[in-house]
Amino acid sequence: MNVIETEGLTRVFTGRPDRKNRLRRARHVAVDGLDLTVETGESVGYIGANGAGKSTTIKMLVGILVPTSGAVTTVGLHPLKQRRALARRIGVVFGQRSQLWWDLPVRESFSILSAIHSLSAGDERTRTAELVDMLEMGEFLTTPVRQLSLGQRMRAEVAAALLHRPELLILDEPTIGLDVLSKQRLREFLVAQRREHGTTLLLTTHDMGDVERLCDRILVVDHGRLAFDGTLDGLARTVGARRELVVDLATASPDLVDLDGAEHVRSESGGLRQRLAFDPQHTTAARLLAAVSERAEVLDLSITEPDIEDVVREIYRATRG
Amino acid sequence: MADVRRSMRAYRAVLASRARSQASYRASFRMDLVGALLVGIIEFTEIWVLYTASDQIGGFTLAQIMLVFGLADLAFSLADLVFGHCDNLPLYVRKGTLDVFFLRPQPVLAQLVTSDLSLRRIGRCLVGATALTVGLVVNDIDWGVGTIGLLVLSLACGFVIFAAQFVMAAGLQFFLINGAEMTNAFVYGGRYAATQPATVWPRALLVLFGGIFPVAFAAYLPVSTLLGVPSVAGLPVWLGWCAPVAALWAVCVAWLCWRWGLRHYRGAGG
Repeated sequence: MNVIETEGLTRVFTGRPDRKNRLRRARHVAVDGLDLTVETGESVGYIGANGAGKSTTIKMLVGILVPTSGAVTTVGLHPLKQRRALARRIGVVFGQRSQLWWDLPVRESFSILSAIHSLSAGDERTRTAELVDMLEMGEFLTTPVRQLSLGQRMRAEVAAALLHRPELLILDEPTIGLDVLSKQRLREFLVAQRREHGTTLLLTTHDMGDVERLCDRILVVDHGRLAFDGTLDGLARTVGARRELVVDLATASPDLVDLDGAEHVRSESGGLRQRLAFDPQHTTAARLLAAVSERAEVLDLSITEPDIEDVVREIYRATRG
Repeated sequence: MADVRRSMRAYRAVLASRARSQASYRASFRMDLVGALLVGIIEFTEIWVLYTASDQIGGFTLAQIMLVFGLADLAFSLADLVFGHCDNLPLYVRKGTLDVFFLRPQPVLAQLVTSDLSLRRIGRCLVGATALTVGLVVNDIDWGVGTIGLLVLSLACGFVIFAAQFVMAAGLQFFLINGAEMTNAFVYGGRYAATQPATVWPRALLVLFGGIFPVAFAAYLPVSTLLGVPSVAGLPVWLGWCAPVAALWAVCVAWLCWRWGLRHYRGAGG
């Protein structure tokens, strides 16, 4: 069964009347004839620039927004006509909005949500215990939500969305603002959740790490249209998502050109610092470092991950021609 | 039946938590309560001041208007107690709380209504109830089944009419972010109008608060019938019994406004 199915899904926002021509209203096509199919158990990264139509799509999938035209079914239900039935079967986390009651302890928010989703007392206990354990929430379970750190709150939000064991979990910017460790924890949890319950995952993100570690399929949206649909490898092949190795050398050295699998980007400070781009599919950072060390003494190094904005920009450039 | 009990559990859980959190700020709660009480008293004083200049306004004496005020104010305060949260809609839209309501398996309006509980509004109910009691004592009322029936009917319909004004206003807020000034004109203006004899209204207000926002049916018309005071020229005496029709009309308009607003909701960005 397809968990998400859209056909020609379109949403147009009409704004205030134009300042020059009062009869015409400003029109903004946020989502433009989107055809999308997500199957059970898939893990899909939905990426694109700000304002590309990601959130609008999600809001139509869950029944918050009415599509201007086109059809959409989520877990086989019509999001507007069957919104309440749908709410029992999906979990949604909006990074910028809270499902929790800010003045109540986390535990109490969970028990209200259990009532909202009509979990039985026993089910509530086992499910809460399971999530508390997996997301390591024990230490802040009795803390009011307003006092939580961002990382703690996000874990609580994800738990809140999963309390009723939804088949589909939609995450809108789940790792935004989190530190490296919190991100890592959350990703590990989501991977485990998928493995154990087969939950279908749809997430929007600006973090390439999320996409690499969580998603086996990637959709890139541009101006409300699909610009790419495929695997991470495919995406990397299309845009050449490359890592960059930055090395600080002991002495000013000539440009490190002609290294196997890497390309010299530029040198700084007369060759004391050099940047090398490499494709992780062809060589590894370790192999490249070894090759550099043969030519010069390396004092320090860092590796920068490809930025999702760059990847998206590359895709846009490729598809727009 | 099991379904009803199940959905009640959800609302009860939210409301109980709201009540608990208010009870934990006792001093603030007491001050709110006293504040609400004072506002109610001041509103009655306004009317009382008018009567120091004249024995009769629009054919009603102070004792008689006490009954109108009591009935209207109690119905309004009860509606405010339950539906007053609809006023928070623009805030919920801006903060994105409304999006979260869409993600839960309850009707959005029911969640909005039960999203909070303002116990301080009980203070307002006390003022209305007191005025109503005094009004019933000081007036010469011909007690009987019909009288009691009319009072209960008016109070119930008054509650529904005022509740409908709150819901209608909320529905319109989807279009008019920052349009609360406009909707307040008929929600709170309507309350004010309902506590006065309609005989003093100009024709335009008569159409507005007798027809479109039918608050005249909440207190003025039933009390006219009850006390046998002649109402606006040309209107039959039995009109006081027509509150259910007015309530039905108000509910239909409110329901349409709410549906219409919800379908046009466009989210808070982000």
